[in-house]
Amino acid sequence: MAVRVQEHDFDVGAEIGRLREGRTDIGAVVTFTGAMRGEDGEDQGLTDMTLEHYPGMTEAELERIEAEAHHRWPLQASLIIHRYGLLRPGDNIVLVVTASRHRQAAFESAEFLMDFLKTRAPFWKKETRNDGSGGWVDAREADDSALDRWQAGADAPMARPKAAQ
Amino acid sequence: MTDKTPATVKILYFAWVREKMGRAEETLALPEGGATVADLVGWLRTRGPEYESAFARPEVVRAALDKTHVKPTTPLAGAREVAFFPPVTGG
Repeated sequence: MAVRVQEHDFDVGAEIGRLREGRTDIGAVVTFTGAMRGEDGEDQGLTDMTLEHYPGMTEAELERIEAEAHHRWPLQASLIIHRYGLLRPGDNIVLVVTASRHRQAAFESAEFLMDFLKTRAPFWKKETRNDGSGGWVDAREADDSALDRWQAGADAPMARPKAAQ
Repeated sequence: MTDKTPATVKILYFAWVREKMGRAEETLALPEGGATVADLVGWLRTRGPEYESAFARPEVVRAALDKTHVKPTTPLAGAREVAFFPPVTGG
């Protein structure tokens, strides 16, 4: 388990290599990379974006989310990297890597980590449009509703506790 | 305030809450009688125009106590650090 909050970019291939180095217990690796799009939700072109965060709480919250994923799925390893500071279209924002013996746990937990990260990790995006206007990005209701399927009692297979798999 | 609540608390502001406040943090001596996060917000709103502006719609301002998400009804219960911020938009 590892969490990194950093200003500089990350290399997805190098991170996977480090995570798997010397390990023969890993049969499945899933990665999710989030990148900055060159337009906002209203199709307005963007020049850049600044990501603010809450140092200390960000790391603590990501570690809590990661621990919850390990509680729910039999994971062999995981990694969360989230950038902050000034980003431009095409830049990497976030990386989630999950590794397990079989693919289902890695697939499902990667999605779980992203859904929880988007609604709980204390980051805020401020965009600048091509015309110089801009402002703070509003939270999306879709992100909140994405969380619902992970609640206990949901029918989705990913909601099964680790013991049932 | 209960006996457990410290006399002073560090308060942090983020994103547009920080911008409306005009500062990122401050340390305030809390009044007696405010026991929950919502009580604290109610008291802050009486302190000046920047507070009134930042907390004009208290339902959209989120809070954390000692770096953990909390609800408005959560007791302050001795927290050393309170943070106020908009709904998060990372990822």
